[in-house]
Formats: sequence, structure tokens, C-alpha cells
Amino acid sequence: MALSEEAVLKSELRWAAIVAVIVGIILIAILYAAIAMHVNPPSNAEYIDPKTLHLSAEFTESNLGTRVDPDGQVVARVIATQFEFVPNCFVLPADRDVTIRLTSPDVIHGILVTGTNVNTMIMPGWVSQVHTVFHKTGDLLMPCHEFCGLGHSQMMATVRVVPPQDFHPGPDGRVSCDNRG
Amino acid sequence: MAARPRRRDAAALETGRLVMAHIWVAIAVFALACLLGVWQMWARSPLNAPYHTAANYFRSVTLHGVSMGYVLTTFFIMGFGYYVAETSLRRPLPSLALAWGSFWLGIVGTLMAALSVVSGNASVLFTFYPPLTATPWFYIGLVLVVVASWIWCLIMIFAMRTWKAENPGEPVPLAMFATVANAVMWLWTTVGVAAELLFQVIPAAFGWTQTVDVGLSRTLFSWTLHAIVYFWLFPSYIAFYTMFPRAAGGRLYSDTMGRLAFVLFIIYSLPVGLHHLFMDPEHSNGFKFLQMFLTALVSVPTFLTIFTITASAEVAGRMRGGKGLFGWIGALPWERPMVLATGLAFFMLFWGGGGGLINMSYGMNAMIHNTSWVTAHFHLIFGGTVVIMYQAICYSIWPSITRRDFASLKPLRLQLWLWFIGMMVMTLPWHWLGLQGQWRRVAAFDYSNPLIHSWGPWVIVSLVGGIILALSALLFIYNLAMLHRRGVAGAPASIEYAQAVHPPERVPSSLNGFGLWNIIVAVLMLLAYGWPIAQFFVSPPPQAVVHRLG
Repeated sequence: MALSEEAVLKSELRWAAIVAVIVGIILIAILYAAIAMHVNPPSNAEYIDPKTLHLSAEFTESNLGTRVDPDGQVVARVIATQFEFVPNCFVLPADRDVTIRLTSPDVIHGILVTGTNVNTMIMPGWVSQVHTVFHKTGDLLMPCHEFCGLGHSQMMATVRVVPPQDFHPGPDGRVSCDNRG
Repeated sequence: MAARPRRRDAAALETGRLVMAHIWVAIAVFALACLLGVWQMWARSPLNAPYHTAANYFRSVTLHGVSMGYVLTTFFIMGFGYYVAETSLRRPLPSLALAWGSFWLGIVGTLMAALSVVSGNASVLFTFYPPLTATPWFYIGLVLVVVASWIWCLIMIFAMRTWKAENPGEPVPLAMFATVANAVMWLWTTVGVAAELLFQVIPAAFGWTQTVDVGLSRTLFSWTLHAIVYFWLFPSYIAFYTMFPRAAGGRLYSDTMGRLAFVLFIIYSLPVGLHHLFMDPEHSNGFKFLQMFLTALVSVPTFLTIFTITASAEVAGRMRGGKGLFGWIGALPWERPMVLATGLAFFMLFWGGGGGLINMSYGMNAMIHNTSWVTAHFHLIFGGTVVIMYQAICYSIWPSITRRDFASLKPLRLQLWLWFIGMMVMTLPWHWLGLQGQWRRVAAFDYSNPLIHSWGPWVIVSLVGGIILALSALLFIYNLAMLHRRGVAGAPASIEYAQAVHPPERVPSSLNGFGLWNIIVAVLMLLAYGWPIAQFFVSPPPQAVVHRLG
């Protein structure tokens, strides 16, 4: 190998150019996924007072779980609290745009749904929101994935994904794991 | 290089006891944390572990994380920094007394934090999670450790300044330049966590405040959370550039590239912390994207390092008679611990770094956030690149401190191989399980669930990897203890750092100090973190009620 000062410099510069290409390709792939495929993180700057969730219109007990909103959008509303989810089972249809909205009255929690890319942190003070389409049907696990206290390990919910033809909202637009028609 | 007056050749190193005190504390804490780690994996496996309760598990996880992340690293870096300052500048430390003062401050802080955790009043993990709060003494203990490290930073900066005043125009030796780069970066890095602890968490822990802005606290912690990893990594890179080429029997391919890599670490490891918050609601996608872009750039100094160190290895291999395209690899002296450790570290860095590129890939982060994949990633980087090089550094510097040589290098090589094998056996299943959706930070899994049941065998494989790692950690201590007791007397009291193929006679002042880079960091931090922090004051979100554990 040539070891003159120019040769060393030249080889380093050549490598730097290769690195620039590698990093450039990675960035282009991410940019493409973000813009063309809408693969973005679940940002959602939406406040909610954790001390008065039960008085809010949206996260009162009777409004939790899955509901087909008047505009036709399927929305599941879930509260994550030490150390359970309310409700701890909810139904969503496969192959259809669905939205999951979550918040916490106490400490930081987080969720993922196994076998999918559904993943978000849940913070007191904020409403987290995930849009997704499920393709697999069946009972998927939705554990709390952020340390929230000594009972953290028991904190788990079920997402029941049903084929679109088995998704039957009631007259009020609601569907629950107990009565899905 | 110009001949410099050599201070005392035969006498013992002035910092010998200081270095050893720091690094033995680091090693003791490290060994304990390794054993706790094995128990944690046992607890999460389908096998029945003793003492298995949620309270014990989170106590153990907190102790493991705090020990590895804050104590092992800080004490090792401080000890190694003092060693580099004396041996590379060849002059006494500015103040040995101050250095000892900072050591004892760190010990007091460590004991306060450790007692808080052991007593069960601080099971908040090393990332804190307000509005959960521990006993205030836990945080105050950690603040004392950080203050101790700040004193170290000032000693390092002052040592370099004094040397530069005595040697005008001469390039600062690369090992010291890098050590001061780390000190400068660490001062920036700790601003975030210090602000979180002093203004938010400690007042809440004492009961002075009843609510806390969790978005702000997470953002401040993210300021620290990425650069701290580079703080830990710096000694490994110092070993790559200034110890490995000499151990391999060659020269450093390019001194300038080394300086450039260290400077790039200062710039790009700081304005990138939001990539830990990709899955959080409180930051806009615009700032997440900006910091993702800057995160991609922090891979550049590592790519440059891989090239320069591989080229240095080739120089060594060819000087030792290696021929052909790959013949130089076999010609390297793999029997030497520093050479072996560097090779293994590069292999693990390849996997850990590749996983990291996926983590930082913006929307793709949703696939693996808070799964075992992330645990695997940072154990590969921390254990595979940081710790294995700390071990190799100990093997390299211990003879000059104890004035004894290792009687045999065989147990040293065995230890490094065990560490490597254990780390791969532990982390490859974790990566796989993470992709299956196995989540982090739970005390136990319910193996009666069919999906979780199918993970069982892989969890047991990773436990075996953990046991191998613990054996390696114990063998590491045994090797150093044997050197103290039965080493061969007569080792020289100093160390020679690697020379560059073309030793620099003059370097631009920008690559001989940090003034310019501090300005660039300030601008980048303002750009990347200005609004993400200001938003909590411009439009304050509802606060969370404090939940006291301790």
C-alpha cells in the first residue's frame, strides 16, 4: 500500500465520499418512506388535563372502547393507568383505517401491539394517537412497554382484530369484546 | 516530533494510585452489575428464579443500569483520563489533590445512590421516569457523581492548556486531544440531565412541588441520553487510534482523521437526542426529522474510524510480512489482547451499529421501540465496544502502573473471547425476540400465553449468554488480581502511544483546540433543541401529579 502523505489523504477522501453516498442512500430511503408511504412517528401535540380525565367529554368511562364515529372513522379510546388498560380488550376491524387514541391520568406508559408497527408512548397531559390498518386477525397482545411502577409487568390488553364482515357496530356505533354481534 | 524533556523515566507514575483507585471501583461495580444482569434474565425466563418479586426485579434493574451507565463508566473514564494526561503530556497533573477530592466526592455520591436503591426507595431505573419519584438522596447522590466528573473535566482542560502554553505551536498528542474532546462534550451533555434533576425531579422528590411537566423532563433527559453513550465510547476510540496500531506492530494511518473524528463526535452526538422520543406525542415530526438527519451524520465519524483503523491494521500486517489482498490480516499479532479486543469490538460494532441505524430510521423506529431489540442494540454497543475495550485498556496500562508484566496472555485472551461469545449469544436472540414484539422492562413474562410461550427457548439461550458474560467478568478480575500478586517484575513505568505514519508537525488550530467546535455545538443545539424546549414555556401543557415511590 502506498503511504505517501498524498496517497493517505487521497484514500481517506475517497472513503469519505463512499460514506457520504451510504448515508445519503439511507436518508433518501427514510425520506421516501415518510413522504410517499406516510411512515411517520406518532406525533400529536394535543393536551388533556390528567387530573380531570373523568370529566372530559372524550375519556369518560362510557365513551371508552371502540366506536364508529359519525364520519365513519373507527376510533378506539383507551386509558392507560397504573396498572391496567381501560378497557382491557377492544375490537377493531381488519383491512380498514382505524385510529387508537390513548392517554394517562397518572404516570408515563407506552404500548405496542405484537406483530404490528403500532407503537406509541402515553404521557399524562397528552393524547397519543396512532393510525393504522391491521391485516392479521385474531387476539393481539397490547402490553405496557414503559416502566410505570411495580405492577408494570401485569399491565396488558387485548386487541381483537376481526374480519371486516364480522365487525358489527351497535346502533350507537359502539363495539365491545363482550358483544360484537 | 521535537524531543521533549522526559520527566522521570524510572520512577513510578505519579497518578498510579489515583488511576487504580478509580478503575478498581469501576471494576467492582461492574462485576456486581453483571451478576445482577444474569439474575434478571433468569427471572424473565421460563425457569424459576429465587427471590423473584417485582420489587426485587426493579431494584435490580435500577442497580444494574445505574452501576453500568453512571458508575463503571464515569470512574473508568476519569481514571483513564488521568493516566492519559500524565503519560501523553509527560508532565504532572495540574492538581493531584483536586483529583482525589473529586474521587471521594464520587464515592460519597455512589454510596448515597446505591443505599437508596438497595433500600427499595429508588426503583425508578436509571432513566428516572418522572412523575415517578424516588427518595431525593438517590438523585443527589447521582448529582454528586456528575459534579465529580465536572471537576475531572476541568482538570483535563486545564492540563491541556498548560501543556499548550509550554509547547506553543505543537500538536497536542492525539490521546490527550481526544480525552479533552470527551471532557468538553461531557460538559455539554450533562446540562440536560442536570437541569431535569435540579429544577424538576429533586424539588418534586422533596415534596416542594406536587406536579411536573413530563414532556419537558423527557426532552431534557433526551439532551443527555445520546451523547452520554459517546462519553462512554470515547476511551474505546482512544484505544483504537492511539493504542491498537502500536500493539499491532504498525502505525496510525492518519492522525488528522483521528482529530476530525473526535471533533465530529462533539458536534453530532448532542443535537440528536430526540431520536429517543420518536414515539412520543409531544414533539412535531419536523423536529424529529431534523434530529434524525443529524443522527445519520453521527455515523460518519464511526465510518471514518473503521477505515482509518483497518488501514492502520493493514500497515501493521504488511510491516510484519503479510502479503496479498488479505494476507496482512493473518500476519497481525492476534495473540496480543489489544489487537484481539479491537478485532472483536469491530465485529460487535458492526452488528450494534447496524441495529442503531434501524433504530434511528424515523418511522421505522415504531417496529422496535421499547422492545428487546433496543436492549440488544445497546448491550452490543456498550458491552461489545465500550466494555471489551475498557478491559483491553486495563490489560495495556496495568503493567505500567504495577511495574509487572502478565506471566501469560492466555487467560487474558480466554476472557476476551468469553466476553465476545457471551455477548453474541445473549444479544442475537434479543434482536430476534424484539422483532417478534417482546417488550422491555418487565419483571416476568406470562408463559401460559401461546405467543410468549414460543419465546421461551430463545430467552433461555440468551440467559446462557449472560452466564458466559458473568464468567468472563470474574475472569477479568482474576487476571488483574493475578498481575498484582504474581506478575513478572520489571515493566516500564510508562506507555508509548501509536505514532502516525506521518506524525503531524503542525495542525490547524481548529484541530488543536475546541473553541470553534463549542460555537458550532451551541448553534446546532439552539437549532435542534431551541423550540422543542421553548414550546413547554410558550404554551405550557397540563402537568402530571407526582407519584412518590421513596
